[in-house]
Amino acid sequence: MRRFSWFNATSLTLGFAFLYLPMIILVVYSFNSSRLVTVWAGFSTKWYGELLQNEDFLQAAWVTLKVAFFASTLATVLGTLAAYVLVRGGRFAGRTLFSGMIYAPLVMPEVITGLSLLLLFIGIGLDRGILTVILAHTTFAMCYVSVVVSSRLVSFDHSLEEAALDLGCSPFEAFRLVTLPIIAPAVISGWLLAFTLSLDDLVIASFTTGPGATTLPIKVFSAVRLGVSPEINALSTILIAIVTVGVITTSLISKRAAVRQAKEERAAERST
Amino acid sequence: MAQTVFAPWEDSQEKPLIEFVNVTKRFGDFTAIDNLSQKIYAREFFALLGPSGCGKTTMMRMLAGFETPSEGKILLAGQDIGAVPPNKRAVNMMFQSYALFPHLSVWDNIAFGLKREGMAKDKIAARVDEMLRLTRLEKFARRKPHQISGGQRQRVALARSLAKAPKLLLLDEPLGALDKKLRQETQFELMDIQESTGTTFVIVTHDQEEAMTVASRVAVMDHGRIVQVATPDVIYEAPNSVYVADFIGDVNLISGKASTRKAAPASQSKPAPQPAKPAEPTSPSPSDERRPQPNAMGEWLHDRVLEPVLGKRDPNTPAPIVEQVTAAEPQPVSAPPEIPAGGLAITWSPDHPPLIASNASETFGGADVVLALRPEKLNISTTKPDAPNVLRGKVIDIAYLGNISTYHVQLDNGTMVKAQIANTRRVSRRQITWEDEVWLSFTTTAGVVLEQGT
Repeated sequence: MRRFSWFNATSLTLGFAFLYLPMIILVVYSFNSSRLVTVWAGFSTKWYGELLQNEDFLQAAWVTLKVAFFASTLATVLGTLAAYVLVRGGRFAGRTLFSGMIYAPLVMPEVITGLSLLLLFIGIGLDRGILTVILAHTTFAMCYVSVVVSSRLVSFDHSLEEAALDLGCSPFEAFRLVTLPIIAPAVISGWLLAFTLSLDDLVIASFTTGPGATTLPIKVFSAVRLGVSPEINALSTILIAIVTVGVITTSLISKRAAVRQAKEERAAERST
Repeated sequence: MAQTVFAPWEDSQEKPLIEFVNVTKRFGDFTAIDNLSQKIYAREFFALLGPSGCGKTTMMRMLAGFETPSEGKILLAGQDIGAVPPNKRAVNMMFQSYALFPHLSVWDNIAFGLKREGMAKDKIAARVDEMLRLTRLEKFARRKPHQISGGQRQRVALARSLAKAPKLLLLDEPLGALDKKLRQETQFELMDIQESTGTTFVIVTHDQEEAMTVASRVAVMDHGRIVQVATPDVIYEAPNSVYVADFIGDVNLISGKASTRKAAPASQSKPAPQPAKPAEPTSPSPSDERRPQPNAMGEWLHDRVLEPVLGKRDPNTPAPIVEQVTAAEPQPVSAPPEIPAGGLAITWSPDHPPLIASNASETFGGADVVLALRPEKLNISTTKPDAPNVLRGKVIDIAYLGNISTYHVQLDNGTMVKAQIANTRRVSRRQITWEDEVWLSFTTTAGVVLEQGT
């Protein structure tokens, strides 16, 4: 154990304060009974009750979930296929160019992505609505999925696929029965990443959305322009809670699985 | 040992299971396999041996269907399989990394190939259980690959590749990941399984000891070509080139100029030491001078290494008793050495007399040759023995390996020569030590004369 040092303690405190103080303030004020955000007037949960009465917010939340679900699913399918072809497809002409191009949207300013998608949808005469938001989110989330999946595929023992072929699988069966189950954790985390990205996207959604397809971030943003209401604090607190529980659960599960696997491996080596 | 020797390659009537016909494989500018032709017969345990990059893995991958030949064809039971994809071949492969499916249990791994065939459920179960029994894995059927040890994983990989009863099983460095002791045990298991299933095995390895132990024939490869194909004992005792002699085991290579000696009246035509025939210990005909004569070390080697492959050594083979004298205690040879006539005399150094190789072909007369001498064929003594070939030198190093010791002896002209002696006595009584002046001696048939530059 290292000795306690004031320097370490101070930097730790400052760092975490920097990260979490805004969120703590938000959570605390969501329980404020006053309508004024900056004045504390006692503990209350009434804004949570009002939030549940607010049809607009519930509608926007439902749209956001639908968009996030379909967009992340579509992005996962396309991103996984793209990653598979780029990692496994052998050397074909322009492979380096394609791998570069799939990552380019990651660094593209969202405004440009949003604007170009808007121009495309207008150009092909697609009415803006929930479908266009789903398509737009698929477009940008797909690159993230492909990055996550291809990093798993690179470390994947190619001979597993060869073994599947050798044992009588067609190439598609080998993918379905061997590759996919093994890269499944990466595919799932790619899906989760796409889902969260779609949940909190404001810029691209506001470019491509239309009537009846207002997502939660757009709703929150426009509400805040009229003044921060405690309802929004309550909503944000709920989102923080969901994310926290999700992150802690997945990390606990994967940590436990890793520990168990290591234990079993050691046991197997001893029992020889 | 009334059993007939398994040697289908000597029977011209025998149809090969696999035939490479002028196969060339290029990767861009690099030629991995260079116009190679080779036959492999059913029930053989065929080893492809060579350093990395010699093309052995490419040959195996072409058999499995992961690579297609650039030129030439590969026949499996008479059928050209060049364009057949891997999933349509009656060939299975055991991968170097084992390539076990981590998400499936041992049982499901073994059943994987059978399920793809659409075999009935109860038949699959019966076959998998049979494979589990064969590889002694019954207890581990429900475990996942990460829950078993390396040796068990190796057996699962073997069971999985054998489950479909392939005509040909390919083994890519199958024992590379195991430690030495386990590897030796597993080698014998592999041979047992190969014999009991009657499958043809082709094994790729860079470990010459492994190839010698398991294989019925060994192909030594270099730069995309097969340099020599023969039974392990022929590869060891009668290599056809300096490359093979140097690659397999330890060897002293002495270069010199050959001159023919007067032929003996009785024994004539002595062919070059080509591996035309495996030197099986079956015909103890004393006139067969071409064959390497057994000595104590050779017999020891046979008992330890070759016996499982070739069967027991015939004790009736006339072993020159004289050679069993251990180095530590040289006994005067009762009679003056009988130097057989014929063969070659190799002049190699002004400080030493020419070396006599009575088993060499006279066609080498006048040529630059290399005499390849295995260290265990040399005797070492503190007094000058009465032998046809004697070299004087000084002990520089002694490598004590327990069962044997290797002496590094510097000859009068500076050449380093290795001699290997079985430690039949306890260490405390060893008489030869560092800086000692010693004599190395060997018979006129102990070495193999090879053309220089091969």
